[in-house]
Amino acid sequence: MLLLIEQSLNGLQFGLLLFLLAAGLTLVFGIMDLVNLAHGSLYMMGAYFAATFITWTDSFVLGAVLALGAAFLLGVAIELVAVRTLYARDHLDHVLATFGLLLFFNELVRLVWGPAGRTIQLPGILNTSVELLPGLSYPTYRLVVILVGGLVAFGLYWLVARTRTGMRIRAGASDREMVGALGIDIRKLYTLVFGLGAVLAALAGIMAAPITTVSIGMGERILIVAFVVIVIGGIGSIRGAFVAALMVGMIDTVGRAFLPEILRGFMSVPAANTLAPALASMLVYILMALILFLRPQGLFPARSG
Amino acid sequence: MRVTPRLVVYGLFMLALAMVPTLAQVLAEPFLVTLFTRMIILAVAAVSLNLILGYGGMVSFGHAVYLGIGGYTVGILAEHGTTNGFVQWPLAIGISALYATVVGAICLRTRGVYFIMITLAFAQLVYFVGVGLYAYGGDDGLTIYTRSDFAGLIRMSHKPSFYYLCFAILCIEILIIHRIVHSRFGLVIRASKSNDRRANAIGIPTFRYRLAAFVIAGSFCGLAGAMLATQADYISPAVMHWTRSGDLIVSVVLGGMGSLFGPAVGTIVFLLLEEVLSSLTEYWQLVFGPMLLLLVLFAKRGIDGLLPGGDRG
Repeated sequence: MLLLIEQSLNGLQFGLLLFLLAAGLTLVFGIMDLVNLAHGSLYMMGAYFAATFITWTDSFVLGAVLALGAAFLLGVAIELVAVRTLYARDHLDHVLATFGLLLFFNELVRLVWGPAGRTIQLPGILNTSVELLPGLSYPTYRLVVILVGGLVAFGLYWLVARTRTGMRIRAGASDREMVGALGIDIRKLYTLVFGLGAVLAALAGIMAAPITTVSIGMGERILIVAFVVIVIGGIGSIRGAFVAALMVGMIDTVGRAFLPEILRGFMSVPAANTLAPALASMLVYILMALILFLRPQGLFPARSG
Repeated sequence: MRVTPRLVVYGLFMLALAMVPTLAQVLAEPFLVTLFTRMIILAVAAVSLNLILGYGGMVSFGHAVYLGIGGYTVGILAEHGTTNGFVQWPLAIGISALYATVVGAICLRTRGVYFIMITLAFAQLVYFVGVGLYAYGGDDGLTIYTRSDFAGLIRMSHKPSFYYLCFAILCIEILIIHRIVHSRFGLVIRASKSNDRRANAIGIPTFRYRLAAFVIAGSFCGLAGAMLATQADYISPAVMHWTRSGDLIVSVVLGGMGSLFGPAVGTIVFLLLEEVLSSLTEYWQLVFGPMLLLLVLFAKRGIDGLLPGGDRG
């Protein structure tokens, strides 16, 4: 039971990280109609920036904030140089061009930071654990991740649903030409949204870094899961992304934790140890196939209604 | 087929491919045969993808899966002592076709970006199945100790013979695709690409045609998988990695979508580029990534679009 609670918290934490990544993807898709395979690169760049800045400044928080700023600038630069030219193109072009960007960034990281991965050391205060229930102690850092993830999710909801900028973003998603005709600089809005997506992705990367490691290709593994999230949630829908991210995070984490034990019940231990992670990875895709079979537009279709 | 300058270029290209083993012998570079065998096999895969991507407008981001399905069929049969190619290869095609039927029936219900994502997701699913195949090497892959044999008709271990087998398969495939595209069936596929709703409105049930095309493409790529595993004497989940599917799309677009020979040319140019760039610099993707972007922005019709000769096909 305690293990289940602990794993559910891990699932929540992974789900929130996924949401940060998926929110940027779904915003960019919903508003600019752009499929961005390079979104995972921003996640990776965020983590590498943080690794460097934390070493330079010797402070986790300061380093992370600097990394977020750098990620925003990088996002804006990518939008201005490459992505801007792609809006008028079809999805196949998006896939190809951003696939090119992804290869470029992976190689760039290998050139600048070297092929070996980095680890980010947590400051002492975060590197402890809290006793949530008698017998259940949980790492403080993961709680902080849940807290930050939850706050950012709420902030994003507030930004999109309650502010003037959010109103413009929503208007841009439903009818971009009309928004332009009403005198809103749609190009600037797009750049801003792309930059925002970059910051969210980088934040996810920075927060994931101390738990996993910073490595080349870290963005791709999670990017595909984030795609699953936005497809399940309904592409373009923030609410859908939130619900789907928590679902996927929970299923993936709990599956990984309990499948080996379940499988050991009826097969040899090494076989179960190999099969379980593969099966756990598959769960998410099976969920997606099921949902798309039943509702081809995802759970919360943003565009039809 | 009218004889256009473009067709002459492609004819010369195929002729050059036919000369590769001779050329390798003259230059005393036997590794060229191995390199080009691999290229030809991947060209078979790219040409099959072109049927649905180029002619049918279905952006499948999971086409490399069939390389794995075909390859594992050969590998697993060989592991259990069945090395007869007349069993292995047709079975590789059959299982790929079966998989394409099931997955296609689900995927083709969706449109646009959902289609891209769901084909990607299914490919990931199968990739993880490959990783989880504990009995067959899992992540490390499976070595095939005995090569397929075709009742002694073809010397499979003789590199030039195997090369010509692959080359012949590529030629037959291109011929079949040509016949398909210019049949009534192909007309429906192309109509569905340009306006699916209208095609439906005039009474053509496009779904089943699109599904049939999806299955044909998958079957050919499954054959390519069997060839790939035979050539390497090895199969691993890595051939199904999603970036391999990306590479196949790149090959098709580089060569020219919806052109008969384009994807074959595209594959060979892509792989040669990789050879050349990676011999120049360790960080070859630093150059290749931006090249992709430029390809998309300025040469959307690929190599085929750069050739002289007016209309396509």
